[in-house]
Amino acid sequence: MQSNVKHTPLEYQTEHNQMSILGFWIFLAAEVVLFSTLFATYAVLFGRTANAPLPSELFGIEIVLIMTVLLLTSSFTCGIAIHQMRHGSNSGLITWLIITLVLGLGFLGFEIYEFIHYSHEGATLSSSAFWSSFYVLAGTHGLHVTLGIGWAILLIIQLYKKGITAVTSRKVFIISLYWHFLDVIWIFIFTSVYLIGMVI
Amino acid sequence: MSNQVKKVPTQHIVGFVLSLVLTALAVWTALGSDLSTAWIITIIMLLAVIQAGIQLVMFMHIVEPESQNGHVPWNMIFHGFVTAAIVVVGSLFVMVYGF
Repeated sequence: MQSNVKHTPLEYQTEHNQMSILGFWIFLAAEVVLFSTLFATYAVLFGRTANAPLPSELFGIEIVLIMTVLLLTSSFTCGIAIHQMRHGSNSGLITWLIITLVLGLGFLGFEIYEFIHYSHEGATLSSSAFWSSFYVLAGTHGLHVTLGIGWAILLIIQLYKKGITAVTSRKVFIISLYWHFLDVIWIFIFTSVYLIGMVI
Repeated sequence: MSNQVKKVPTQHIVGFVLSLVLTALAVWTALGSDLSTAWIITIIMLLAVIQAGIQLVMFMHIVEPESQNGHVPWNMIFHGFVTAAIVVVGSLFVMVYGF
């Protein structure tokens, strides 16, 4: 633990930045609670499909597994982006952020394809209580990913113009927390919605 | 424990590989094993919690001496997870099991 101050990462070097990062952790704690209400609704309404298809009839492992690997990999490349930032490499940071975005877009593409496929099979937002809760839960996560992609594009423009400063490094660090958090939520959707939906 | 910024992001690579292994293990448990449904649900939920922990520690810099452990508000995170658990378990307890 010797001479820690010397190695404090750039994004933590001002008090304002430290407070911003702390504030973002509090936001993430609130997001955990937000998603918990959606998970609870889904769990309570599980199987209440009325005349619509059952989840076990529609859920397939292939697409969901591809989505999971895409998002896991994007979480990893986002981590590499932060690693590049801490080495002071702006071009490396931008490159890895763009890779992260492409993987995120791939995830979103598969999710939209999946939703369209389900609705063609007769499971839409309005077809039953179960499917409403499914689309709201998975859709809220998808909306967060969409928001994250827009946010990251704006940040990449800033990085391109201003380079790595105390301000931009704090912003990039916060979006990396957001992106990893979305992966955490997806792990629970993958497990408790898709895997359990295929088992029961 | 070194305070130098490493050239190779070992921690990230280990976290990534572990995540992939845990995902594969969860898929195999759910679809490939002969366990009962109750055991499958218990095991894959446990694997999900472990994987979430890996994201927090390996990727989100929640344990990091260089930034005083990221100034993470542990009490807030803890309360967030406890509230989430109460909402989910409580809803199931009341609505599904009918207490």
